Amino acid sequence: MQPPSISPSAEPAAMEAADAAEPSGVTAEVIDVPARRRRRPSRLHLVRGTLVLLRLGPGLILVGLVIALNFASDVFLTTENVGNVLAQTAVIAVLAIGQLLVILTRGIDLSVGSTLALASVVGAITFSSVGGNWLPILAMLGTGVAVGLVNGMGYVFGRLPHPFIITLAMLSVARGLALGLSDGQPKQGMPGAVQTIGGGSVGWLPNSTFLVAGVAIVALIVLGRLVWGRWIYAVGGNPDAARRAGIPHRAVLVSVYVFSGLLAGVAAIITSGRLDAGSPTFGDLAELDSIAAVVIGGASFLGGRGNVGNALVGALMIGVIRNGMNLLDVQAYLQLIVIGAVIVLAVESDVVRGRLEERFRVLQAAGQQ
Amino acid sequence: MTAPALAVRHATKRFGAVMALDDVSFEARHGEVLAILGDNGAGKSTLIKCVSGVHRLDSGSIEVDGAEVTMTNPGVAREAGIETVYQDLALFDNLDAAANFYAGRELARPAWLPRGLRWVSRKDMARRSAEVLGRLQVRLPDPNATVGMMSGGQRQAIAVARSSAFASRVLIFDEPTAALGVRESRQVLDLILRVRAAGHAVVVISHAMDHVMEVADRAIVMRRGRKVGEEIPSADSRARLISLIVGGEG
Repeated sequence: MQPPSISPSAEPAAMEAADAAEPSGVTAEVIDVPARRRRRPSRLHLVRGTLVLLRLGPGLILVGLVIALNFASDVFLTTENVGNVLAQTAVIAVLAIGQLLVILTRGIDLSVGSTLALASVVGAITFSSVGGNWLPILAMLGTGVAVGLVNGMGYVFGRLPHPFIITLAMLSVARGLALGLSDGQPKQGMPGAVQTIGGGSVGWLPNSTFLVAGVAIVALIVLGRLVWGRWIYAVGGNPDAARRAGIPHRAVLVSVYVFSGLLAGVAAIITSGRLDAGSPTFGDLAELDSIAAVVIGGASFLGGRGNVGNALVGALMIGVIRNGMNLLDVQAYLQLIVIGAVIVLAVESDVVRGRLEERFRVLQAAGQQ
Repeated sequence: MTAPALAVRHATKRFGAVMALDDVSFEARHGEVLAILGDNGAGKSTLIKCVSGVHRLDSGSIEVDGAEVTMTNPGVAREAGIETVYQDLALFDNLDAAANFYAGRELARPAWLPRGLRWVSRKDMARRSAEVLGRLQVRLPDPNATVGMMSGGQRQAIAVARSSAFASRVLIFDEPTAALGVRESRQVLDLILRVRAAGHAVVVISHAMDHVMEVADRAIVMRRGRKVGEEIPSADSRARLISLIVGGEG
């Protein structure tokens, strides 16, 4: 496959020599004159091409995986199975989008699985005591927001050294609250609207897929179009510079945990709707799935790098691997090992990417002198 | 007589038991380059951080064009027309040049929404940052490339262009040539003179004496949080400046 960014800019060496001879008595270095493009070393193209491949990486691997599974299993690409994969992936995908915003700011949210459980229990209790459609939904979303607010405020104003700590504590506290409120038992019964969202489908397409798409569009708008998203990337890219640039960095940090909590509430609606219940055991280890999805999707733990599309691809990849291995009768322990390996591969490619960007810079600097 | 672009009066700042700034006063005038000299730990950086809103003064005042401004955060300093080029450049490696230009002051609509919820005008930001870069003759191979992918010279150019584009009164350079080679230093010094010619007050923090002698119209020397002298840089005053910096007899 030809990397698209390799542009044919090889031009006569004489021109390069003429350019190089020009005195550069200007403010900054003249790197590239658009009208007369300089010939860059071909190694630069190679590095740049590899970089583009690495950025597309997760998507390419997913496509390859789907093609391979299509050959290996007759049922994999049937509409019924695809619907299955999408339904099973919906919760991971929603949580991963929240996790993405957090990880973009160099943070981590370990509490989303427990928050999902707590929200589902609160939703079930609200439904059994008050009823209605909207109140249980609002209760689940509100629970998520409240948990996120505690996470964010605790991290920022408690001046904790890393969000790992407050969200790890919340992982424990929220699960404990869920167990306490429910007496450790699943609580049957969810409003019709919740059941429709989590369990219904349009043809073979599960309704939850539309919800995931809606959440993804919102996240795309936030990150790509709103000032808020700009601030998220800025705070993740260089927290200190963001502060000095007058960006309200504390509010930005709190906001991503609130957003992540809200999406844990959305994930609770999907899970509770599918199973028509709220349960303190829901979302067990879901925080790790969501982190894995974001990391497989090429986001960097160092912050500021990652996008919604790739996080969704990461979530789908986890879903496809699990589903495909089930279809192929691969034993459960092997699935765990494979997903672990995929995580390491994904992060390794991020490391390689970082090295190549450094190399790209060096080659480019060399090319201009 | 017009008011100085920037006047700091009786500035005092204490970090615990350490007196970082002790009754420091100085003025920076329009169309003039003021150098602040001093050894490591002399209080230069603290002084500049107070002026650019990163730290708050314990006592003393800061006036911009004759009007007192309380520097509570970096945004206040920027609104007052003071821009700072930090030694570490304060760039966002993960963002492109236009996003770096407008970080914290994004062009966005509509005005009635809270700032964070406004839609960014990406085209306007790209166009206007390209204009500024063009005016300063900075050319980038790919305007959409992230700043992290760029060379040291390009990064420096973007940081300087960003600050000089938005500074309406005072432009502060924190050790502008410390990390640069000879040619790049030359270009930054040229730019400093160009900004001065535009009528801005320029404040340069440095301990590169040669560079100071070349561009500064006036120099103040700091030692242990105090202002210990003020000189017009010249061949004559050079020795005096150095002895003021190191604390010998002056």
